[in-house]
Amino acid sequence: MGNAKNNINLHLKVWRQKNNQTPGEFKTYEAKEVSPDASFLEMLDAVNESLVKKNEEPILFDHDCREGICGSCGFMINGNAHGPQKGTTVCQLHMRHFNDGETLTLEPWRAQAFPILKDLTVDRTALDRIIKAGGYISVNTGNAQDANALPISKPNADEAFMSATCIGCGACVASCKNASAALFTSAKITHLSLLPQGQVEREQRALDMVSQMDVEGFGACTSTGTCSASCPKEISLINIATMNREFLKATLNKKEEASGGDMA
Amino acid sequence: MSVKLDSKIPSGSVDTKWKNHKFNMKLVNPANKRKHSVIVIGTGLAGASAAASLGELGYKVKAFCVHESPRRAHSVAAQGGINAAKNYQNDGDSVYRLFYDTVKGGDFRAREANVYRLAEVSVNIIDQAVAQGVPLAREYGGLLSNRSFGGAQVSRTFYARGQTGQQLLLGAYSSMMRQVDLGTVELYTRREMLDLVVVDGKARGVIIRNLLTGEIESYTADAVVLASGGYSNVFYLSTNAMACAVTAAWKAHKKGAFFANPCYTQIHPTCIPVHGENQSKLTLMSESLRNDGRVWVSKIKGDKRHANEIPENERDYYLERVYPSFGNLAPRDVASRQAKYRVDEGHGVNGGEQAVYLDFKDSINRLGEDKIAERYGNLFQMYDKITGENPYKMPMRIYPAPHYTMGGLWVDYNLESTIPGLFVAGEANFSDHGANRLGASALMQGLADGYFVLPYTIGNYLANTNLAKVDVNNDAFKHGKNEVETELKKFLSTKGSRSAESMHKELGRIMWDNCGMGRNKEGLTSAITKIQKLREEFHNNINVPGEANGLNPELEKAGRVADFIELGELMCRDALVREESCGGHFREEHQVDGEAKRDDEKFCHVAAWEWNGSANKEQTRHTEQLTFENVKLATRSYK
Repeated sequence: MGNAKNNINLHLKVWRQKNNQTPGEFKTYEAKEVSPDASFLEMLDAVNESLVKKNEEPILFDHDCREGICGSCGFMINGNAHGPQKGTTVCQLHMRHFNDGETLTLEPWRAQAFPILKDLTVDRTALDRIIKAGGYISVNTGNAQDANALPISKPNADEAFMSATCIGCGACVASCKNASAALFTSAKITHLSLLPQGQVEREQRALDMVSQMDVEGFGACTSTGTCSASCPKEISLINIATMNREFLKATLNKKEEASGGDMA
Repeated sequence: MSVKLDSKIPSGSVDTKWKNHKFNMKLVNPANKRKHSVIVIGTGLAGASAAASLGELGYKVKAFCVHESPRRAHSVAAQGGINAAKNYQNDGDSVYRLFYDTVKGGDFRAREANVYRLAEVSVNIIDQAVAQGVPLAREYGGLLSNRSFGGAQVSRTFYARGQTGQQLLLGAYSSMMRQVDLGTVELYTRREMLDLVVVDGKARGVIIRNLLTGEIESYTADAVVLASGGYSNVFYLSTNAMACAVTAAWKAHKKGAFFANPCYTQIHPTCIPVHGENQSKLTLMSESLRNDGRVWVSKIKGDKRHANEIPENERDYYLERVYPSFGNLAPRDVASRQAKYRVDEGHGVNGGEQAVYLDFKDSINRLGEDKIAERYGNLFQMYDKITGENPYKMPMRIYPAPHYTMGGLWVDYNLESTIPGLFVAGEANFSDHGANRLGASALMQGLADGYFVLPYTIGNYLANTNLAKVDVNNDAFKHGKNEVETELKKFLSTKGSRSAESMHKELGRIMWDNCGMGRNKEGLTSAITKIQKLREEFHNNINVPGEANGLNPELEKAGRVADFIELGELMCRDALVREESCGGHFREEHQVDGEAKRDDEKFCHVAAWEWNGSANKEQTRHTEQLTFENVKLATRSYK
């Protein structure tokens, strides 16, 4: 059902690169008879199936759940991370949003901290290392008190949830002119700083995660806001403001500690 | 038939078994824990929670996942919620009631002792998740909120909007990453397990393909945990993610782990219908939607009117009609079958399509659009994106689709398989859901296994077992590596004319038509022949471009499809032998008024299949008798 739109044909310019050591180039492909009800990745599946038939290697792109939640997929379509539709991962983008005869340019995320592995696939493990640096609450299994022993106000819980919905796809980094991971990092810092359970490690967490972000080679944030605009989960820019505040606070407190000054 | 399956259920009354067992199990002292290594395959809810908890205890853990990051595991996609017997709602819930509902929901084909333990630790899971900072939904007073799910008359489901799986997974993932930071867990990403290594009859390691470099790697350990998920992708189209595969479990099966109840699969009633030939997967619409949505079809066969033009008195709210006490919250197997009946009778939407309506009109009128958006906003948005239709304005079109597999590797009460030292957790094992899983119980089971069961039972195994030193130069490792390399070479050198994808699709069609929502002797028999032919064709006519080195998704897919084909045959055999209907296994020959008719005389048992060395040899069926001492065997009714 859906729209009674006709099938469409598209021209694709796709970045092909064998591995990180080999230079890449754009190659052109035709996507024929694409159903408007198909997803963008299903369109690429069909192109790939025809490549395999010709014994050519398919276009490699990361993908898994195809429901917009695992964060695996993502590449640039005509310069937009995840394509033209707001708040949508490329796996949830459907072909009814494209017109017959259009030319689409597909490129991988481009950022120093995301080395290209092959074609449209990049290495985003830098994001895992930011989490590893402190994106957690240190509680061993079995240490928890009753879940309702600590009420959390609904606005705080809801806000924490909104920040926690980040899927770690890296679109924010890819669309930022500085390739900054500020939106990703700040979403986790904000999520945990809003909860009572997150208070004990609050300052150390901000220091460690921000410092890891720098170590990985992500750029600085200059508050342009492209990250939030291209985020498929529409994570708010306010997270970055929160991170800056948390980081500043932690830095000031840390100085006192380092100089041995106990103000009390 | 000589092997005796010992479930090792502890003695005593059902409510004291786990408590006593925990005390009776041997412990490993803290200084010795760091001398033991454990491999964990898969980093979804079960794997990540197991890796984190074992790391916290001090074991040396190696965790492997096929994804670039553990946070991508398919648990992330679970939408609706997680059950726990907290009774925060004061509506009559208890550990015993959750136990009872789960045994009944599974149509009396699960082990009572396991299910009771699951219900018992369910409360700890919620505590643990909240302590980790998982932002579960809350009421204005700051306390946790609950919703209802199918097969229960109490509200015991905790949730985080429509992203409960994501939030719980990120909780387990962050706990595991903390252990990575502390050095107790080593993380290996983009790695696929292609064989299990058994030395002196015990699981001692794995053969892994590094998906980035193509290298075949060997890893040793004192115990191996498989938490590699379910096998719904045997149907090609399912709600599972693209990389979900049976491969890790199947390789273990071929090394001696029995595969239990492979025919128990869950067809979820509310998924977005198939749109066309090129469809790659199906998308679930959470069961939680049935809290506020009403399922209906037109009373008139072949009715082509738009949903909004069909007047109230011409709509058949069939779940409410057939099951007045559970209504729209009838369990999944039951709701799916009823949808199929309506469509088969010609009542499908738009003049007979394979779909029924899920309508929110009444709830929107009662609660307002805002409230509905707050509860299900992301699901409505997802529906809109996929179909191009606005579910606030017109009812959703939904149809059943493969979603979860209750079958899996056989495990005893300790979650240990028939290979000593090989433990299986989460969806990969068969243990807790019988022939049908209730909604919001998968997250519960995965986390129960990983956080609260394995940390005890693995310790007990290590303390009781004499483990000789092994290294990767041991013959068993060399042999395993060699086998894997030979198989991969064969895929690459066949140079036939068909892609792995096309054969996967063909398998899926055979399975869905003959081993899906309805099954019968004739269909299953013909399916077995077709699958055997497909297997032959696969090995003679597969085309895998590219090379063994480096990233090669076609090579990965070929291996997974080869295993699905073998599994598909076993599922059909299992379904053929089980001459009864129970839960999701519906043999059309065995029914009363369209409801499943069990045969407790003959089939009140688990069927566990043993590999006999070759896909050309029929597998041996073993049984484990099920006894029900607490919940009386009865006809399951939701009427």
